[in-house]
Amino acid sequence: MKKFLIALFFAPIMAFASGGNVHLDKWPGSVRDKASLQNGAKLFVNYCLNCHGASFLRYKNLTELGLSEQQVKDNLMFTSDKIGDLMGVAARHDEQKKWFGATPPDLTIIARARGELGNAGAGADWLYTYLRSFYRDPNRPTGWNNVVFENVGMPNPLWQLQGQQVLNHTTHKLELAVPGQLSPVEYDKAISDLVSFMVWMGEPQQEYRRTLGWFVLAFLSVLFVLAYALKKNYWKDIH
Amino acid sequence: MAAGNLEKYKSDGSVGGNVLEWVDARFPATSLYREHLSEYYAPKNFNFWYFFGSLALLVLVIQIVTGIFLVMHYKPDAALNASGVPIAFASVEYIMRDVPGGWLIRYMHSTGASAFFIVVYLHMFRGLLYGSYRKPRELTWLFGVGIFLVLMGEAFFGYLLPWGQMSYWGAQVIVNLFGAIPVIGNDLSILIRGDFVVGDATLNRFFSFHVIAFPLILIGLVAAHILALHETGSNNPDGIEIKANKDENGIPRDGIPFHPYYTVKDIVGVVVFLIVFSAVMFFAPEGAGAFLETPNFYPADPLKTPPHIAPVWYFTPYYSILRAMVWNFFGLDAKFWGVVAMGASVVIFAFLPWLDRSPVKSIRYRGPIYKTMLTLFVISFFILGYLGTQSPSPTGELISQICTVFYFGFFLGMPWWSRMDKFKPVPERVTMK
Repeated sequence: MKKFLIALFFAPIMAFASGGNVHLDKWPGSVRDKASLQNGAKLFVNYCLNCHGASFLRYKNLTELGLSEQQVKDNLMFTSDKIGDLMGVAARHDEQKKWFGATPPDLTIIARARGELGNAGAGADWLYTYLRSFYRDPNRPTGWNNVVFENVGMPNPLWQLQGQQVLNHTTHKLELAVPGQLSPVEYDKAISDLVSFMVWMGEPQQEYRRTLGWFVLAFLSVLFVLAYALKKNYWKDIH
Repeated sequence: MAAGNLEKYKSDGSVGGNVLEWVDARFPATSLYREHLSEYYAPKNFNFWYFFGSLALLVLVIQIVTGIFLVMHYKPDAALNASGVPIAFASVEYIMRDVPGGWLIRYMHSTGASAFFIVVYLHMFRGLLYGSYRKPRELTWLFGVGIFLVLMGEAFFGYLLPWGQMSYWGAQVIVNLFGAIPVIGNDLSILIRGDFVVGDATLNRFFSFHVIAFPLILIGLVAAHILALHETGSNNPDGIEIKANKDENGIPRDGIPFHPYYTVKDIVGVVVFLIVFSAVMFFAPEGAGAFLETPNFYPADPLKTPPHIAPVWYFTPYYSILRAMVWNFFGLDAKFWGVVAMGASVVIFAFLPWLDRSPVKSIRYRGPIYKTMLTLFVISFFILGYLGTQSPSPTGELISQICTVFYFGFFLGMPWWSRMDKFKPVPERVTMK
């Protein structure tokens, strides 16, 4: 009876299918990999932060990736911002809207926003696939289109690294027409690092949260043993 | 009377005497403690299902305490900040990132909201299992239904506050529903919003309702719920009255003092609950996108309607019932009947004490009809809940209509089917299973 009820309760959550029609590649990275996060941060401030804000994150937070304040200042800050400032954008939203047709969204919690019902972590997979799915499309004003996000306003900001892909309309597969600075394997790794950074940025304290969780569960387990013994002792005469 | 009290507690009323006696002569501290704890006799055969009352109280306390701290940094303001993000939305992220321990408090509150409904649904289901709503506990049940209604309002108002996409559009959809009420509908929805669309005025009034009005009503109803329960005494899994069999001191033979017996037992329940609660809060605070809906990580944008607007999981069964009504009756729009059906599906619980005509209370002594009906009711509730999370589809609509018919049939047919069952003899004394 109890098992049946538990199954009944969880069945709807299990049943949520992933919503999109496009197959998403699994993000292979981890938010525990400091080197990967540092590389991701470098790519982010160089290629994303010019148009997109990360307006809930402070530059100072980047020291949590194992960097000193001086390293952050020297390598990851290109404007007159102070280390305690939020990582906003200099570009004006109304102008951006004119250039791209839409204001580039703030990216601080984009990895969480792209999650799905039944799989809150799917946002990372979406980003990992999306950033590798740009192709040349002369019909678009920017000259770029994307398989995952059709008619997206953003041109491929990483084209120098990736090179230029084209969509083969017979096989519906992307093909690398012009190679970039990175090999496809290197590029996938770079994007994985970038996504790692974006997942981290969505909730910088997430690793601490999980660590703390183990301590809390350990404490509660001990408390359970004591509480259960107390109950048993009090109830020994009740029949 | 005051003189009588002084004599009773042998205190001369001076501070030099026993402090407790001094207090008791002026305030019923000891007698309240006895009446509700040390000499409140509860049936000794409570099982698993009886944990959820005290757990609901625990979650209420969690929500109030975490809420107090959230209000210290939350800002109910729909205006955009320098980065073009609504201030309300940004203040939630500020709590998550810059307020020390803020993320923990916020996750406790957001996980607590879902936990509240899980615990309350299980608590209500217990009532259905053992006939706890039956005479003489009708008022306890009615106060409980009141708590459930207020809780739904509280959750609805609270859900707008993070000012994400789902907050905004969910509120827009629900408030628009009031527009379907004939004659007054349009003005009513404007009155609720304080504007023609959901905006800053709506956010501020929902904030006020969420942190002041509804919690006050909730606490009052909870007090009434417990007082009414302690007047009649608790029901139990056998559904028999322990007060019918008292010893020479007037104490029910199958009763044990709530304190210490049920306090120590409920502590076990609390610890187990906290283990589950912490597991979600620390390792999956989004609850797989059901407790924190992922589109709500986008700030509210009045110009961008999300492709799929779904309420949070605890409202989805009622949302499905709303969507199941697709016919215009009596010249009134289907949407209006949807609102009526949705309202009725919640309020109908209040009539249970008078709909159930079975001679026994507990499912243990009822026959196959009740067991079948209750199982089917729970199944339709889950199916409706699942369909409420999905985009509308013709198949889904048909299934939700069938489930809606069964949902109401369960209640409205109860005066007949509850009498027809095969009943087992009810024992004299409670059984320890």
